[in-house]
Amino acid sequence: MRRYSAFAIAREAMRHHSGWDRAWRSPAPKARYDAIIVGAGGHGLATAYYLGKNHGIRNVAVIEKGWLGGGNTGRNTTIIRSNYLQDPSAAIYEKARSLYETLSQDLNYNIMFSPRGVMMLAQTEHEIRGYQRTAHANALQGVATEYISPRRVKELCPIINIDGPRYPVLGALWQPRGGTARHDAVAWGYARACSDMGMDIIQQTEVTGVRREGGRVVGVDTTRGTIACDKLGIVVAGHSGVMAERAGFRLPIESVALQALVSEPIKPVMDVVVMANTVHGYMSQSDKGEMVIGGGADGYNNYTQRGSFHHVEETVRALVETFPMISRLKMLRWWGGIVDMTGDRSPIISKTPVDGVFVNCGWGTGGFKAIPGSGWAMAELMAKGQSPLADAFSLDRFREGRFIDESVAAGVAH
Amino acid sequence: MLTLTCPYCGIAACETELAPGGEAHLKRFGPGSSDDDFEGYLFLRPNVKGVHFERWRHAMGCGKWFLAARCTATLEVFGTYSAQTPEPTAEIIAAIRAKRPDWSLT
Repeated sequence: MRRYSAFAIAREAMRHHSGWDRAWRSPAPKARYDAIIVGAGGHGLATAYYLGKNHGIRNVAVIEKGWLGGGNTGRNTTIIRSNYLQDPSAAIYEKARSLYETLSQDLNYNIMFSPRGVMMLAQTEHEIRGYQRTAHANALQGVATEYISPRRVKELCPIINIDGPRYPVLGALWQPRGGTARHDAVAWGYARACSDMGMDIIQQTEVTGVRREGGRVVGVDTTRGTIACDKLGIVVAGHSGVMAERAGFRLPIESVALQALVSEPIKPVMDVVVMANTVHGYMSQSDKGEMVIGGGADGYNNYTQRGSFHHVEETVRALVETFPMISRLKMLRWWGGIVDMTGDRSPIISKTPVDGVFVNCGWGTGGFKAIPGSGWAMAELMAKGQSPLADAFSLDRFREGRFIDESVAAGVAH
Repeated sequence: MLTLTCPYCGIAACETELAPGGEAHLKRFGPGSSDDDFEGYLFLRPNVKGVHFERWRHAMGCGKWFLAARCTATLEVFGTYSAQTPEPTAEIIAAIRAKRPDWSLT
């Protein structure tokens, strides 16, 4: 693989950009792999990458039904933060955030990580107490956050209306090293690095069945024939339930639609990410100038990747009170993604009832920020059978009552 | 926008008037049941992509709970029916079959 560098750009400028390689190969599937990952989104590709990089397992295929990074990886609001209440969550999300800091150098691919700071507004008395508690918990966990005053909120984000009649800003939980990254680039960067290690990324191929012998996985049926494998990682987010059924077990997951929208591009007006959980809305400004707005999730099972109008109305109505200046913005695009929700709103990174089959799912509404940490933990689990980051997120925590309850910590969609 | 007809008051209500209540026809397991059964009842869901039976409450209307059959892949609604039944009624199964001849109740 030719490395990307300032020198490479200069070199290619001299010869009409004729020397760029394809970022990744698209080979035909081999008959057998040591490990197969189902799902070429951020989490799946990161899992494959760390299998190769950290554990030397490189005979790996990543199989994708659609196109690489075309699911939730390309549908989120690109927010990265790790200010969680529970210790296992803070550990894995902080691992992810810290990996994001150097991911561009690690992958030799500019993922445009921008640690611009994330603030979560406290707009009720309950939220003040909740976020102060989270700030204390983060201090113990080694995650740099602080609880800040409304005046400081206004300094950091001047376009905010801190004394609105309905949703006054009473304070905020501030994580200065949180931020955003270019979501597609994360998938593309991992894919390029995986392909460079000799892994096969097989797109437009659906896994239709899981072959088992004596309670152990031996391969998968796909729309391009049967492929043998020793280990199988199911990393398919919204369709985890469908894949689990094909592998012969059930998951404590229900899939719902989560939606987001972006406005027309405007001049720079805010250089932080603001989340307002009481009113189910969050907003940041992309490098292109669009205001990226995230909304709430549907309350009912849904596999359609589109939004519902009343959620947009609710989200935008609330945000206009907090950011009066956006009231005349036109919206450009609006989309939905299928998120896999668990009962405690924490992910599952676990072995399954089928030997050799591992699942990484249940990231719900907050998967993008976790991609590097999730891949790191999942790869370790698949390679060694256990992982300190993943152990608390095992499938049997529901049966044993060891919930990692983040639905209270985050308030809503996170 | 999702519209369901409340089988009690007959109003075609849009989703802002309704509160979703999750999967319908769960078989309950209580004290004395095995760990497997209890875990299955509390947490494990088939999460089907296709015909889904579910509970709804006409929260901003008559307040009654009712059941609906709906396709989670297309949002097509096959019908709604009374909550006072432990399993899908013959009428709702016929309504689903009329539109999805290949579908069967598993």
